[in-house]
Amino acid sequence: MSVATTNSPTETEPIAALPQDEIIMRAVGMTKLFPGTVALDHVDFNVYRGKVNVLVGENGAGKSTLMKILAGVYQPTEGQLLLEGRPVTIKNPLDAARQGVGIIYQEMNLFPNLNVTENIFMAREMTNGRFVIDKKAQIAQTEALLQRLRQSIKPDDLVADLRIGQQQIVEIAKALAQDARILIMDEPTSALSTAEVEVLFEVINDLKANGVSVIYISHKLDELLQIGDYVTVLRDGRRVDEKPADQIDVSWIIEQMVGRNPASLFQGRDHEVGDDLLRVEDLTLPRVGGGYTVDHVSFTLRQGEILGIYGLMGAGRSELFECLAGVRQGATGRVWLNGEEVKVGTVDGRIKLGMYLVPEDRQRDGLIQTMSVADNMLLPSLRQYLTRFVLSRKKEKEAVTKSIKDLSVKVANPNQLITSLSGGNQQKVVVAKSLLTSPKVLLLDEPSRGIDVAAKSEIFEIMSRLAGEGYGILFISSELKEILAMSDRILVMSKGQITGEFAKSIATEESLVAASAVGHGLANYKNGNGNGGNSHDPS
Amino acid sequence: MTQANPSVVAKRRLTGLDVQEILLRGRAFIALIVLIVVFSLLNSTFLTPANIVIMAKHVAINAILGIGMTFVILTGGIDLSVGSIVGLAAMIAGGLINEGLVLPMFGVIVYFHVWAIILISLLVGALLGAINGLIITRFNVAPFIATLGMLYAARGLALLRSNGNTFPNLVGRPELGNTGFPLLGSGEFLSVNYSIWLMIIFAAVAAFVAAKTPFGRQVYAIGGNERAAELSGVRVKRVKTIVYMISGFCAAMVGLIIASQLVAAHPATGTFFELNAIAAVVLGGTSLSGGRGSIGGTIIGAFVIGVLGDGLIGLGVSSFWQQVIKGAVIVLAVIIDQVQVRMQERAALQRQQQAA
Repeated sequence: MSVATTNSPTETEPIAALPQDEIIMRAVGMTKLFPGTVALDHVDFNVYRGKVNVLVGENGAGKSTLMKILAGVYQPTEGQLLLEGRPVTIKNPLDAARQGVGIIYQEMNLFPNLNVTENIFMAREMTNGRFVIDKKAQIAQTEALLQRLRQSIKPDDLVADLRIGQQQIVEIAKALAQDARILIMDEPTSALSTAEVEVLFEVINDLKANGVSVIYISHKLDELLQIGDYVTVLRDGRRVDEKPADQIDVSWIIEQMVGRNPASLFQGRDHEVGDDLLRVEDLTLPRVGGGYTVDHVSFTLRQGEILGIYGLMGAGRSELFECLAGVRQGATGRVWLNGEEVKVGTVDGRIKLGMYLVPEDRQRDGLIQTMSVADNMLLPSLRQYLTRFVLSRKKEKEAVTKSIKDLSVKVANPNQLITSLSGGNQQKVVVAKSLLTSPKVLLLDEPSRGIDVAAKSEIFEIMSRLAGEGYGILFISSELKEILAMSDRILVMSKGQITGEFAKSIATEESLVAASAVGHGLANYKNGNGNGGNSHDPS
Repeated sequence: MTQANPSVVAKRRLTGLDVQEILLRGRAFIALIVLIVVFSLLNSTFLTPANIVIMAKHVAINAILGIGMTFVILTGGIDLSVGSIVGLAAMIAGGLINEGLVLPMFGVIVYFHVWAIILISLLVGALLGAINGLIITRFNVAPFIATLGMLYAARGLALLRSNGNTFPNLVGRPELGNTGFPLLGSGEFLSVNYSIWLMIIFAAVAAFVAAKTPFGRQVYAIGGNERAAELSGVRVKRVKTIVYMISGFCAAMVGLIIASQLVAAHPATGTFFELNAIAAVVLGGTSLSGGRGSIGGTIIGAFVIGVLGDGLIGLGVSSFWQQVIKGAVIVLAVIIDQVQVRMQERAALQRQQQAA
């Protein structure tokens, strides 16, 4: 229980060599308890002045919790914060901002009904006198910020109309506007295109040059090494190690995170591919205001095949899945399942036929937050547990127990709330939901998004197993390495169209990226000039 | 010695927290018992059989409305039209008994049997609920607005039915074969009034549906996260429409009970009843944002409101003060709801810390 046990001699050496004032902020013995979990267990964390301090760990390792303590959102159960060597308490987010700590959250905290400027200055409006908002000054500053971020977004654009990547940029602009000394970025790139990531990294280097200390959290490991100066690894709420970034590599990080060798991660398994299972012809979804979100897409999926779909944000991949799942009512085109044309267009009807969508946004589309793990799992397949008109507790329990075992969901009691699980386990529950409907075709939209390495490899393991059992799997991913490792065949989409099809044997990162940039201004692409926000920078 | 001390303290604090939590969880029930004890101490006639029967009849009205309202609120909706549907159902039943159904094109007046009249009134209630549901689900109108519209429209129809007059003396005529309507309000089984039996039956069926059927599960799911429910194959529009139909059906039942008890149908019957129904649901711990709550809670909430109202009357508290007190109690209940959530979190954390 004592606080001063954490630094082993090997890791104190490089730190001790530095003068004290190199560390702007220090968390000592941070402990935070939540109902059902110890989120942080006596964690020490150093924020080096003017450096990018990377924090890495699996989902549920406690990264976000630690950041929320630094940002004043949570109060630690135990532990001390030192700012410039002096003990401080950060009472709330406003207090944090006053002390120079800014944060960009993992879940976006924007007001979709307000415009970019209003969002950036929310609760810190610039005023003429005391009460009247100084619109001109706000817009001018917003313009300057957006220019610095090299975005074509206008200050009076409604946030709801922006792409997710652009919204993320607005989040970043919002934090920049606060002139933070310490800037926390919690997975800032999860929704950004490669070009946008490059811009962000330039901004981060700018900030460093201006003496701003950045705390950077991400699941993208190569990215961490590219931008980071110091890397701190958390595992299960404890700090495992801290090292300068130039002394380590990706496999070291993974080993520290998972506690084992990463060689076995991300490996697709060979399996038999059978007959045509799903045939799609001319699937089209018109866009409001002209053009097509999904533009005459045709393809086939075979039994036991994992068909990856790659593309940039906004390429129409998720919309394609939504059309197949019956979510989009305006869609036209023909779909055959096992040789029979699919006539029903409702979600419910398509689920009955065996087409199930595992959505990209778990929280918004995948889970009922007020319900238990068990109730969430069973929701789409309730009819199976009926004895006459009554839900049979016994049948329900059998199904839940089996699913939890099959997918090795870590849960103490299936009746606990879904929100008490970590992201990876929540994702497994969403997959379990779909499997209980006995689907034929699974539509997995970014199944590995926002979950840790170990959970990712488990999800992929499950995908391989399902393909081996004859399911047809369509799967969207923005991670090149994942999609190359997992897919038997890859389709690339750009601007609603299929712009490339690659068998596993011939697909390369370069060819996928090139196909995904079709229609996005090839000149820019060739110059590697990330202009306009949606062109793709291959570097 | 020094080590034993803190653990004793910890244990005592732990049980203290447990007791607090139990008190908070059962608060509506405890409040009900406290109310009954206090009123019976202050008023010797409070617990007399006659008074209990009167109170139970009042409770039945709010409870039956509250049952329908619970389903609606569990989906995250609200039904403001129930009071007006109560009035309209009463007027339809009253009109059919006293005037029959006039069919001018055939030059005949059809008088229905009482059973048929009850069935027609209930169906009208369900139909109005279906209209609410269709407007909400097909035209994307907010439930508050759609049912506010129905509140006005149904009340207007109730007034139109008789031009604002009361249908008196709903006993029917033996030669027309439509007697027996007052029995619904006055009849007894095992010396318990029919309206109370109806409350028990409605509550039992509703609790069963909510807990044990796919429909009930889907109602909770829609209130918890409508988008996710839809992607899970829940037919959201259908379930929502049915929920408003249940609410309309319950309201019509209440209209029939009241008309039968009074042996008269007045078009203003049920004015403001929607507010009592919502209050009962909220007092019973159902979240207005949907997804959380129970039928049992609503029944207890209805008892609290009924006992509070009748108890205050028995003490001779002015009806103006009664309203103030009722309002305060409702808001207090929601405040305690919030406190409970925080308390539970804290208790869980402390227990964990002690375990660690």
